[in-house]
Amino acid sequence: MLEQLSDIRERAMAALAGVDSLAALDAWRTEYLGKKSFVTTALKGIGQLPPEDRPVVGKAAHELRLVLEAALEEARQRVLALEQERAARAERVDVTLPGRPATIGRLHPITQILYEIYSIFAEMGFQVYDAPEVETDELNFQLLNLPPDHPARDMWSTFYTTRDGILLRTHTSPGQIRAMRQFCPEPIRVILPGRVYRYEAVTARSESMFHQVEGLAVGPRITMADLKGVLTDFARRLYGEHRQVRFRCSYFPFTEPSMEVDVSCALCDGAGCRVCKHTGWVEIAGAGMVHPQVLRNGGYDPEQFTGFAFGMGPDRIAMLRYGIDDIRYFYSDDLRFLAQF
Amino acid sequence: MRVPLSWLKEYVDITLPVEELAERLTLAGLEVAAIERIGAEWDRDKIFVGEILEVKPHPNADRLVLAVVNYGRGAPMTVVTGAPNIRVGEKGHKVAFATVGARLIDGYSEEKRYMTLKPSKIRGVPSEGMVCSEKELGISDDHEGIILLEDDAPVGVPLADYLGDVVLDIDLTPNLARCLSIIGVAREVAALTGQRARVPDPVALAEGAPIDGQIEILIEDPDLCNRYSALLVRDVKIGPSPKWMQRRLTLAGMRPINNIVDVTNYVMLEWGQPLHAFDYDLLRPRRAGGPPAIIVRTAKPGERMTTLDGVDRDLTSEMLLITDGGGPVAIAGVMGGLESEVTEQTRNVLIESANFHAINNRRTSQALKLVSEASIRFSRGIPASRTVPAATRAAELMRTLAGGVVAQGVADNYPVPQVQRTVRLRPNQVGRVLGIDMTADQVKATLERLEFECAPAPDGLDVKVPLHRLDVEIEADLLEEIARMVGYDRIPTTRLRDELPPQRNNPPLELARRVRSALAGCGLYEAITYSFVGAEDQDRLLPPASRGDVSVRAVEPGPHLRDMLPCILAADACIRLANPMTPERTTMRTTLLASLLAVTAANLRFTERVNLFEVARVYLPVDDKGLPNEVTHLGIVMTGPRTERSWLTPEPEHQDFFDLKGVVEALMAALGIGDWRVEAAAHPTFHPGRCANLIVGDKRVGIFGELNPAVRVAWELPEQRVCLLEMDLDAVLGHVSAAVKFQPVSRYPAVVQDMAIVVDENIPAAEVERVIRETGGRLLRNVVLFDVYQGPSIPAGKRSLAYSLTYQSDEKTLTDAEAAKVHNKIVQRLTAVLGAQLRGPSGR
Repeated sequence: MLEQLSDIRERAMAALAGVDSLAALDAWRTEYLGKKSFVTTALKGIGQLPPEDRPVVGKAAHELRLVLEAALEEARQRVLALEQERAARAERVDVTLPGRPATIGRLHPITQILYEIYSIFAEMGFQVYDAPEVETDELNFQLLNLPPDHPARDMWSTFYTTRDGILLRTHTSPGQIRAMRQFCPEPIRVILPGRVYRYEAVTARSESMFHQVEGLAVGPRITMADLKGVLTDFARRLYGEHRQVRFRCSYFPFTEPSMEVDVSCALCDGAGCRVCKHTGWVEIAGAGMVHPQVLRNGGYDPEQFTGFAFGMGPDRIAMLRYGIDDIRYFYSDDLRFLAQF
Repeated sequence: MRVPLSWLKEYVDITLPVEELAERLTLAGLEVAAIERIGAEWDRDKIFVGEILEVKPHPNADRLVLAVVNYGRGAPMTVVTGAPNIRVGEKGHKVAFATVGARLIDGYSEEKRYMTLKPSKIRGVPSEGMVCSEKELGISDDHEGIILLEDDAPVGVPLADYLGDVVLDIDLTPNLARCLSIIGVAREVAALTGQRARVPDPVALAEGAPIDGQIEILIEDPDLCNRYSALLVRDVKIGPSPKWMQRRLTLAGMRPINNIVDVTNYVMLEWGQPLHAFDYDLLRPRRAGGPPAIIVRTAKPGERMTTLDGVDRDLTSEMLLITDGGGPVAIAGVMGGLESEVTEQTRNVLIESANFHAINNRRTSQALKLVSEASIRFSRGIPASRTVPAATRAAELMRTLAGGVVAQGVADNYPVPQVQRTVRLRPNQVGRVLGIDMTADQVKATLERLEFECAPAPDGLDVKVPLHRLDVEIEADLLEEIARMVGYDRIPTTRLRDELPPQRNNPPLELARRVRSALAGCGLYEAITYSFVGAEDQDRLLPPASRGDVSVRAVEPGPHLRDMLPCILAADACIRLANPMTPERTTMRTTLLASLLAVTAANLRFTERVNLFEVARVYLPVDDKGLPNEVTHLGIVMTGPRTERSWLTPEPEHQDFFDLKGVVEALMAALGIGDWRVEAAAHPTFHPGRCANLIVGDKRVGIFGELNPAVRVAWELPEQRVCLLEMDLDAVLGHVSAAVKFQPVSRYPAVVQDMAIVVDENIPAAEVERVIRETGGRLLRNVVLFDVYQGPSIPAGKRSLAYSLTYQSDEKTLTDAEAAKVHNKIVQRLTAVLGAQLRGPSGR
């Protein structure tokens, strides 16, 4: 009997070594530890043994059972790992196959630039102010020192409407007057973004509709030095902190002194290239101190208040940033264009 | 304005390298757009001033000649040339002579192509160099003949030294009218470089009979012509002007004509004062026996004249004319007339130097669509003080260059003398506006560089403005001059130290930002389309049969338009452009849908899936004359496969109404709008059975659905479902919750129970859900409709709706029995209110 038990033990352990699946393990368990297994039967049949043999055989059978159970548990862990590995192998995929198409939409590049501009100016205390796009001649021109037949009106080719004295704003500057009239006598720090319109043929470089962002600050102690500071900070935030900023005298009837603002060309670092037309500089804004008459038109006393204003083109900024060489892309809304940003 | 440096140097010393000068001018507002270098490419040791010693016939060719050229370096050389402007037997011509190895431009090539001159043999005769044309030297495109230089050109000097020049091409803003002249630019250069401009006071040697009595000048309207000055030059010989003058005119961008016309143009470029030369003998007197007369007056009704360019022009009563005793001889300050033009036969010349009203001149020039060098200057303003110096300079040039005899004196009618302005400047304003500290003396010294004269005044300086500075009128103008002279680069750069104004919220901006971010998150791309559409575009949103229905196509402006969605307004009631650029863009849109469909059609030419949105304004006229109401709308278009085609979804289904509805639900959730619902709607733009109104609060704020197939065809869209939405964003502003109201998450398990009911098919699902939620109360946490079924097992006219209902309590673990109690109550209520029948615990 003891020999049989020993035999069983050897056979069971040998068989267990070959078990590599949960099903086989289950079969093994039935065979060696099940109700009809030798060990179980032996343990049940102990009563029929001669009494002197009972302790020895009983002990041996019990030990064998414990050994086999321990081995079974050990084998179960091994087989489980094997099974998991096998299952995982069966689920293997070609990881180079394309993924399930996920669709994330995008904002128009001009919107992205606008939001960037808003956030830079917000940090300097400038808030967005909205003004109409269909505007009166009075606000678009006259109150900005551009009476009818002023030669500087040639600087803005205008879409007129069939309504007397009403046109599509040629710049965001009429918003200056609206903001001043609304906020006077408070100090002002606003930016005025939006669509503007020019009577121009649509080509790679000119559009009949585009965007502008106007800025306006009015207060008791605002100087041209502040204007330079604000635009320098802005330009370095938007174009890169190492850019040079240059201020050049220019002319707008509603500012005095007036200026154009250039940054050193990011593409060639000022050495001269096609983008900067070999000047090393790229024009980014027009600006100036608000003309005393314009302050007056907005309700402010130029003896008590000074102000500055500036205007820039997000379309142009986007063109520079992304290397877009044709402005017509922006409003054709071709998905092959929109999907790139 | 094109400024040859050689010319500029006559009036001011150039002390800086040209690049630096250009930079200085640019920073001071005279933007140098280009620096053109004439002769920079001419080899100094290969191209010289030469002299033709002899012109001999070519032994083998009639059209060619042999020119023997002395170029001052070694033995004369013989070259073969076909130039028509030198002939056999002539000698002494000064020419531009290139020796072998010189780099020239191919005179026979269409485009600009460089070549290196090689020794050659032409029809058997060796040619040792070349006498060059303007084209070969890159001066112009002229290859008709060779360049003939002045007789006193120094032989042997490198041509670059003799003929080379630099032209500054300056872009001038309208306020810089004074720089539409060499002398004006010279004054700027002087002020910027610490020089003094040499502005002469011209004199003419006048040996002719006094002008008195030889011309009568009448000004009928002194407001439009405040000065008319004339000089008379007799016995001129018409011919070409000298080479140097022709060259300068060419460099400045004008075409040489003859010595008299060239002098008037030359002086205009130099002084900025347009001049006109009349053939004196063609001017008619006012009455027989009187002297020739000049009458400055506006045109009479029906009057016409032929201008120098040969065009017969209708004149209107606002146009200022120069007339003589017989009729119009010039359009004042715009263009002369053909009749009194200086011709080959002209002997005696009357020089007109006048001052015309800028705005009147501009109107005339615009009305006639005739912009001339004269009108460019007059329309920007010229000092009246300048007429006589400019005319005198011209008379002297006509005397020396055309052999004329200048009559003594000036016929000068000057009814409104120019007043010299004085402007008070308070030096503390320099700090207040510019942010720099300057003493009164520094201010004075700065302004004096620009020829302002400063005298002490009680609270600052009285600054006398030079007569040539019409642009300086107020203190701010002086501040700009000071800033320019100091240099913008030397003004400090500071941060705003002023008090920060009150900071305000901007709900519309915030709403637009949230809408954009939600929709991009839903996979839509943002479009920006034109604000204007073609006159027919909006009508095409309607099937023709509906266009007469004013409830969907308005014909009148008014506040009612705000409630129309989409607002389709007849084009002639919209804001319309008076001067459209193209027929596709004539009308300010009142709906975004036409623009979105146009963009969709364009995109569908290369893809089948278009998911776009736009946040933009529509322009709703409220009356027939004022500004429109600009309302911010949202437009969405979704069409084509639900996902991109791939190996996982080889044939993806197309998007339909419910894809768009899902986006609407996501959008409402993102905006925190709780109080919204949809109801079935009918609008001819949309599919009759697949259209809904979006209602927020109790107000209709949007419409969405699938496009009516008939409209789809009109837009030439392919046969696939197109989903559209238009929504008034301004109308939902008050319903958007700025902050989310936090709901605690229950820590107790939820019980999920399904229910399927059969109801009449006409009962909207929203109504069923409303009853469920109302009955479920606080314990009912979620309602998901997971099946909608009609089929054999359901009676006709009914449908089965299957819901998954989640019950949960915040206070304890809910038992199945407790959940079932609520569940059963819901079933009973559905039965009682909607006649629903329970189908079983779940599904079909």
